[in-house]
Amino acid sequence: MMQPNRPVGIIGYGAYVPRYRIAGKEIARMWSDGQGGVPVSAKSVPGPDEDTITMSIEAGRHALRRAGISAEELRAVWVGSESHPYSVKPSGTLVSEALGTTPWISAADWEFACKAGSEALTAGIGMVGSGMANYILAIGADTAQGRPGDALEATASAGAGALILGPADQALARIEGAISYVTDTPDFFRRADRPYPVHGHRFTGEPAYFHHVRSATARLLEGLGRSAKDFTYAVFHQPNVKFPQTMAKQFGFTDAQIEPGLLSPQIGNTYSAIALMGLCATLDVAKPGDTILVASYGSGAGSDAYALVVTDALLERRKRAPLLAAYLERQVFVDYAIYVKWRNELVIE
Amino acid sequence: MDYAKHWRQKAARYRLEGQRHRTSGEVRFPPQSPTLAEDANEWEPFNLSGQGELYSFSVIRQAPLGYDQNTPYPVALVKLAEGPLITAQLTDCTEADLSIGQPVEMVTRRLKDTGGKDGLLIYGYKFRPLLNP
Repeated sequence: MMQPNRPVGIIGYGAYVPRYRIAGKEIARMWSDGQGGVPVSAKSVPGPDEDTITMSIEAGRHALRRAGISAEELRAVWVGSESHPYSVKPSGTLVSEALGTTPWISAADWEFACKAGSEALTAGIGMVGSGMANYILAIGADTAQGRPGDALEATASAGAGALILGPADQALARIEGAISYVTDTPDFFRRADRPYPVHGHRFTGEPAYFHHVRSATARLLEGLGRSAKDFTYAVFHQPNVKFPQTMAKQFGFTDAQIEPGLLSPQIGNTYSAIALMGLCATLDVAKPGDTILVASYGSGAGSDAYALVVTDALLERRKRAPLLAAYLERQVFVDYAIYVKWRNELVIE
Repeated sequence: MDYAKHWRQKAARYRLEGQRHRTSGEVRFPPQSPTLAEDANEWEPFNLSGQGELYSFSVIRQAPLGYDQNTPYPVALVKLAEGPLITAQLTDCTEADLSIGQPVEMVTRRLKDTGGKDGLLIYGYKFRPLLNP
């Protein structure tokens, strides 16, 4: 288990979900005559003026308001995503400018499929934990791609989660430990310059998601000498609804423990954002003294797991920015035609 | 290829950075260069809150080139909390959601794609009805 020299915690957090949704049944209407089940009832759809940068900015602004620090006090703005608007030109610099942190700042983009956001978080723990910085902002954000008609299209959605790390004595949730488990696994990938990712088929379930999330979670629990019943809440990466529920059950977590952070039934899989957003949604309801386990997953493959304990500071800071529930409530459904137009999949010669 | 124009406006566009007069406290937006009679230090950079209300609005159905993919979209005159009246696009709403005097808040969104697969993406402020009314 990894722990920094200086204890570190989350001092501010914020999440973002676009206003628009497409129903799972609407996607099924296009490709399977509405027959068969749908993996999520709806997924979030970015508006025509939204992308990873704009969603990161809004989530980052909420995190800054909750942290109560000025933007200039941040020493890093790191954006994890697999849908950066540019292949070359960092999202991090534009997000930094918008938040008002430039120019004395480290700004960069992180890439590790769906765990690019938690990768930035782990690096941030090191940065603050070493004393090199007092505050850093780690963001996970995605407007995920799914080839029309592909199974991914049913779940690949959009959202952002932002966490500001600082010294543990200022934290609204202290980080007790972190672990990362990675192997080279070909479960899901997108070649450079290709618009849509593909699945490595037989690798998807057990050898990829379950093996990595289970390994990271088990080692973290072992390092802390705890089991599922010692946690108030747990958040697992959510490529669909079934996988996190199955993972939770294998460790003995109840439905009630994962319920606040289980967002995929309503908004789908927001990729790099979903684990961080699940943590944000859990912090929206947690009480001082509550303990939270978070395990992300990124294809390729790996999992980052964290244990957190909530402090008294959460109650006051939570009120300083919108709860994730406010974004879930403002949903406006669009049909498949609008969805295709906004996703730039409508070919106009 | 007017990248320089967009680059110069980034502080105002991305985070609504205007100016405040050091003695009178007056706030102006967008920021302006000092006039010939003015001391360059009279106005300091100042981040506006992004809170405002709808002074007036209209709906664009025949959009200029570069915006034609998003029609219809509302544009507004927004009276900012600090005083200035500015023109901006509205987002996350339709005409039916809007009324004069309604409170709105600033968000940073993608304004325009300067074209083709090699164009710069332009970002800047828009306003939307309050998320938490």
